[in-house]
Amino acid sequence: MSGVLVVLEERAGRIARIGWEAVAAGQRLGAQLGLPLSAAIPGGETASLAAEIAARPLAKVMRVEHPLLAQYTADGFTLALQQLIENERPTRVVFPHTYQVRDYAPALAARFGQVLIGDVVEIGDGPVFTRQLLQGRMNGTYRHTGGGPCFVSVQAGAFRAAAPDGRTGESLAPIGIFTPTLDPSKIRTRPSQPWRGGAQSVDLGSAQRIVSVGRGIKDAENIPMVRELATALDAELAASRPICDNGWLPIERQVGSSGQTVSPKLYLAVGISGAIQHLVGMKGSQCIVAVNRDPDAPIFEVADYGIVGDLLEVVPALTAAVKAARQ
Amino acid sequence: MKIVVAIKQVPERDAQVRIDAAGQWIEEAGLQFSPNEPDAYALEEALQLKERSAAADDEVVVVSAGPERVGAAIRDALAKGADRGIQIVCDDLGARDALGVARLLAAAIEPENPDLILTGLQSEDLGLGQTGVILAELLGLPHATLILHVEKTGTGVTAKRELEEGWFQTIELPTPAVLTIQSGGNRLRYATLMGIKRARTKEVRRLTAAELGVDSAPVLVLERVALPRKQKSTQILAGTAKEAAAALVEKLRFEAGVL
Repeated sequence: MSGVLVVLEERAGRIARIGWEAVAAGQRLGAQLGLPLSAAIPGGETASLAAEIAARPLAKVMRVEHPLLAQYTADGFTLALQQLIENERPTRVVFPHTYQVRDYAPALAARFGQVLIGDVVEIGDGPVFTRQLLQGRMNGTYRHTGGGPCFVSVQAGAFRAAAPDGRTGESLAPIGIFTPTLDPSKIRTRPSQPWRGGAQSVDLGSAQRIVSVGRGIKDAENIPMVRELATALDAELAASRPICDNGWLPIERQVGSSGQTVSPKLYLAVGISGAIQHLVGMKGSQCIVAVNRDPDAPIFEVADYGIVGDLLEVVPALTAAVKAARQ
Repeated sequence: MKIVVAIKQVPERDAQVRIDAAGQWIEEAGLQFSPNEPDAYALEEALQLKERSAAADDEVVVVSAGPERVGAAIRDALAKGADRGIQIVCDDLGARDALGVARLLAAAIEPENPDLILTGLQSEDLGLGQTGVILAELLGLPHATLILHVEKTGTGVTAKRELEEGWFQTIELPTPAVLTIQSGGNRLRYATLMGIKRARTKEVRRLTAAELGVDSAPVLVLERVALPRKQKSTQILAGTAKEAAAALVEKLRFEAGVL
């Protein structure tokens, strides 16, 4: 088969939503290259997942099924998909850019002498693939020049997932089963079942207003100043990852891909440059305000209002202005 | 236990970056560089493993590829406590794709026969997040990514791995193995004056890509670098801090209606 293959991922018994965005990216590639689009779902038991996928506009759905794929391991998934790709011979392989894909897809691509084009935000004619550089401050456009299959993973939110088109009965995409040859001795790592981190005492997801602080605050001693602004605004205090990594605020207050996802009415980002890991957690906010001394900081790409300046001056001034307005 | 830490030198976080004349990378002349922060967490984890184990043959070796300036990142790691360094001198790092860079590192690391290879989960410039995983593939070693903490066991290591949305798992690996380290699992140390002094006497071996027998032919080419398109039109409120703050509060109350 010469075609585009999308590799989907299971989450809590369903297809992970970002997978449908990868399907949309695959459709874009397939349309551009005039190639058919298929999907694969690896796992221990994939019948119901495949049925869910078959309602999408696909030429074929492949169940990549083996008891050793019931729990994700990099070794198991790399080997199973290597065999599937050797068998199906797609020319393009598209993944959602999840933690799991980041864990094995670079090794899978290397096994074919190729390099995964990871975290892609746009596919242009060519095709060329755009991804972010320098923590979102620049975009880079890449072209695959290798002879083997081209491996691509797409960023969450970059491609709009189409709704299932309601295919039923005869019109469902045909489902095939591929049984990889796997041996327990080839799986070298032993992962535990996932467990939840410390109790989430702070539910930022339901906050109406959030004041969030980033690396620009420079010193833990400046945190109370931001807290005062949050209090004046009747807002929850949150932070980007580096602040929690430093122990300046507890990890329960972290917003971003490794923390909470929020969509308040007002999100006021103080000293946050706006790396993608942070943006994915807050870009759904209704009104975004950024205070930053760097006018080129990526946070301004998603901000409705901005103040460029020294936050040690701007934050107290804002607190005073909010208090005055609320009297 | 012998631990190799692969580190990268990247443009300083706050540096003003401009696109170069060819439009294919950023202008590096005059730019300040610093060690990639996730790699600093990887180094810290290696140093803590060594300190906890305190066996006589424990060693932490840092390896980095790049032009001459990369030597500063290696010295920084030596000052923090790494025992020796390997610098792969190459001026065409940017022309190599992730596989090409991993091949360089693999060729330099393989003869060291380390028990563990650590590196940051991604770089702050290219942000590929692939080097460690490809390195494991090239060396035929098991790997795990997004690791916050590593403990030695009788036959290998156990590692705390970060998953999405506040979930974690523990993963056991036989050694030798490759781990990519997530930030925040440990607290970074600063180099002491004594450490900086000692670093001057520590060995840094220099290798070249040619000596390692690794060519640079890429399968992936970065064709163009551009400023991102804005997703929203931002109203920038100018003036003094006080004026801008007052203007913002007005906007939030009467335009956005969120106050």
